[in-house]
Amino acid sequence: MSSDEAGNLAIRVRDLVTHYGERQILKGIDFDVRPAEIMVIMGGSGSGKSTLMRHLLALEAATSGSVEVLGEDIGRLGTRARAELSKKIGVAFQSGALFSSLSVGENIQLPLAEHTKLNAATKAIMTRMKLEVVDLAGFEDLMPSELSGGMIKRAALARAIIMDPKILFCDEPSAGLDPVVAASLDDLILRLRDAMQMSIVVVTHELESAFKIADRITILDQGHILAVGTVDEIKNSDNERIQNILHRRTEEEILDADEYLRRLTGITVEGSPAL
Amino acid sequence: MSDPMRSAILRHTETVGRTSISAIEMIGHWGALLGESVYWLFAGAKMKQPVRISAIFQQMMEIGIFAIPIVALLSATIGMMLAIQGIHTLSIFGAESQVVFGISLSVVREFSALITGILVAGRSGSALAARLSTMQINQEIDALRVMGIHPVRFLVVPSLIAMIVMLPALTFLSDIVALYAAGLWVSFDLGISQAAYWSQTIDALSIGDLWHGIGKAAIFAVLITLIGVVNGASVTGGAEGVGRVTTRAVVQAISAIVITDMIFAFLATR
Repeated sequence: MSSDEAGNLAIRVRDLVTHYGERQILKGIDFDVRPAEIMVIMGGSGSGKSTLMRHLLALEAATSGSVEVLGEDIGRLGTRARAELSKKIGVAFQSGALFSSLSVGENIQLPLAEHTKLNAATKAIMTRMKLEVVDLAGFEDLMPSELSGGMIKRAALARAIIMDPKILFCDEPSAGLDPVVAASLDDLILRLRDAMQMSIVVVTHELESAFKIADRITILDQGHILAVGTVDEIKNSDNERIQNILHRRTEEEILDADEYLRRLTGITVEGSPAL
Repeated sequence: MSDPMRSAILRHTETVGRTSISAIEMIGHWGALLGESVYWLFAGAKMKQPVRISAIFQQMMEIGIFAIPIVALLSATIGMMLAIQGIHTLSIFGAESQVVFGISLSVVREFSALITGILVAGRSGSALAARLSTMQINQEIDALRVMGIHPVRFLVVPSLIAMIVMLPALTFLSDIVALYAAGLWVSFDLGISQAAYWSQTIDALSIGDLWHGIGKAAIFAVLITLIGVVNGASVTGGAEGVGRVTTRAVVQAISAIVITDMIFAFLATR
């Protein structure tokens, strides 16, 4: 990759290593997101995808390595610079993370209230516009507790894009939703990218959703990057572990019976050494 | 010494050591949080993140105004209880006429600050711990951080300021209500007029006594807020964790209030 390309990347992660206590979670991750690209991060439970997301959002400090977001090394940013950078990124958390004491409209307006000096009327107009984008027009006066799961995810997306960010992060956008609502959220993510030309990073378990929205997919496995590629490249990969993840094969199905018994019990079969 | 006994002693010593380290760590968290709160209060505007006045007023309503009925009720009860007990005890020595002196000093220097502090710890300290822990579990604190909004500035400072203003104010209200209720019983039981009761009360009290109670209330306010916030932020384990940290916050806050009150009484009477 040329230095020009590196400078233009939305996100650039190099040799990221992180620990929780003694346990190493990420084991030297290199990861890029290009402008206006939808990058989907996939992997099994405990693969490190949520931890990677938290590092991209500067919510965790790395043991070593660097994370650059829009050209800024987030590990070295001061409070003010970090606040400035936060205006250029939006995050839709898995739970929505709407503030329960604020109405939907107040939730969506919060970044505007904190980072701009816009008057109340302008903020209200911008809020209505974003609510229309996510098909929630007219819901601004409801409280989060009055919304369904899908509506909470949409409201969280509206809050995430209120500042017209350059990068949008979505953590499990379709988790816990019925297939119809999940598909409509996928369409919404594609529409947002096309309309606002933002880079979008999506962490998901949902294969169908990933194949529908991704420009590229990164597959994490036990703290390593197993593969990065387009949907077709990933689908056609001859890597056995990737195919196991794509076809959702359990460990029980992958291992032969003797090996599975040995891992579970430590009992050695046919003279092979115990673990 | 037998091996089981030695290992039991080692185990208990280790427990004492771990508990001590946790306690020191917790006090360190309180200090760091207080320092961070003061920093954001004064430097927030310069960092383009001022503390919102509206948030402070909202907290003042929650902590102070909405607590007035229960503070007034309990203060009246304590005032009257002191009058009944004081007259009964002093009558043994034929000194019931001195009851006003005892009531005045007890209410203004000790009981009002103590009862108001305990009440606010149970009412607002627990609410603060529950709110913050729920926000932590629902990723709302993470959401604030990624929006570039510092959680201490946004959530802690308004509560701290509101608590520091409203707890002394409630304590002053408690002084008035408790003395008034005590006066009603003293007038009824000893047959002295309200005017004479208030005259004796004002003679018995100095400005220093008033500040003694109010000053303690301000310290209690800081303790309740810090304990609520540190416990709320340390939540783990979902809804069960919220219940656990809320209970712990109330127990720690009330313990801290009582111990601080004792230290204050000791220092003020030297």
